[in-house]
Amino acid sequence: MAQFLAMGGYAAFVWPAYGVAAVVLVALVAATLRGLREREATLKALEGMRPARRRSRRAEAPDLPPAQAKVSEG
Amino acid sequence: MTTALMHRYANPARFLRIATVVLPWAAVAAGLLTAAGLYLSLFASPPDYQQGDTVRIMYIHVPAAWMSMFIYTSMAVAAAVGLVWKHPLADLYAKAAAPIGAGFTAVCLITGSLWGAPMWGTWWVWDARLTSVLILFFLYLGYMALVNAFDDPERGVKAGNVLLLVGIVNVPIIKFSVDWWNTLHQPASVVRMGGPTIDGSMLVPLLVMALAFKAYYIATVLLRIKSEIIQRKIQTLRLTQGDSGAVESGA
Repeated sequence: MAQFLAMGGYAAFVWPAYGVAAVVLVALVAATLRGLREREATLKALEGMRPARRRSRRAEAPDLPPAQAKVSEG
Repeated sequence: MTTALMHRYANPARFLRIATVVLPWAAVAAGLLTAAGLYLSLFASPPDYQQGDTVRIMYIHVPAAWMSMFIYTSMAVAAAVGLVWKHPLADLYAKAAAPIGAGFTAVCLITGSLWGAPMWGTWWVWDARLTSVLILFFLYLGYMALVNAFDDPERGVKAGNVLLLVGIVNVPIIKFSVDWWNTLHQPASVVRMGGPTIDGSMLVPLLVMALAFKAYYIATVLLRIKSEIIQRKIQTLRLTQGDSGAVESGA
């Protein structure tokens, strides 16, 4: 085990390389999930404020969220 | 007509349905491939006859470098589609992918340094390969800063798309820099004319790690695109409610 950890004398270079990759990739997923949950909560709160008008817009364009309708005209 | 057809497939609702199906598979594949890749690269592969155990840095460094170029290229393609057809998902894709691309580029640069220190005797050298990858890193950061620098998100995305298309010239420069200029960096040993020169015992862990990074990327970018679609809906709802000044721009 100690021999494995020593990495033939290059432990100070090999392990930080794997560590940096792990930290960056895990941090990216964590930030992504946190941002997604925050935005989902914000959207839910906003939609909760005005359910009646949202339903009427959905009736006009069933599968198309409002942002896209705007873009396709431009 | 063409535009109408493009928008049919750009439909965020349809995209979200597909993403919901793909996401769990990509996440599981990323987990399994990472476990297999770590086992192969740390335990089940030999040390290099010249570089000893530092060769194990390659199994992180090279897949990260491949991802950094792949993600940038895909963003530039999306930028072209976004500029020409005003494809809304294409714009969201580039925005969602940029931080992951910047992350892989940072991993590539740092692990390269950690490999260079014992093998070259220097952490950094201003040669064509290292400099062009550093420029790629700044292109990612520049794009991320630019798309968020405008009050109108549409204008930010447009400026960002132009930057992505201009910056694409850097990608072939990175790829061929080791052939065109003298450098400490070793030349390609996998993606080259005449096939790989790397031994199979090292090629297999390298490819498994590359697939692990790819699966990780698919899962993460799908989550980020979903997040961007929700952010668009929030912005539209806020605009119609009349408090556009409070449009949020989170991570």
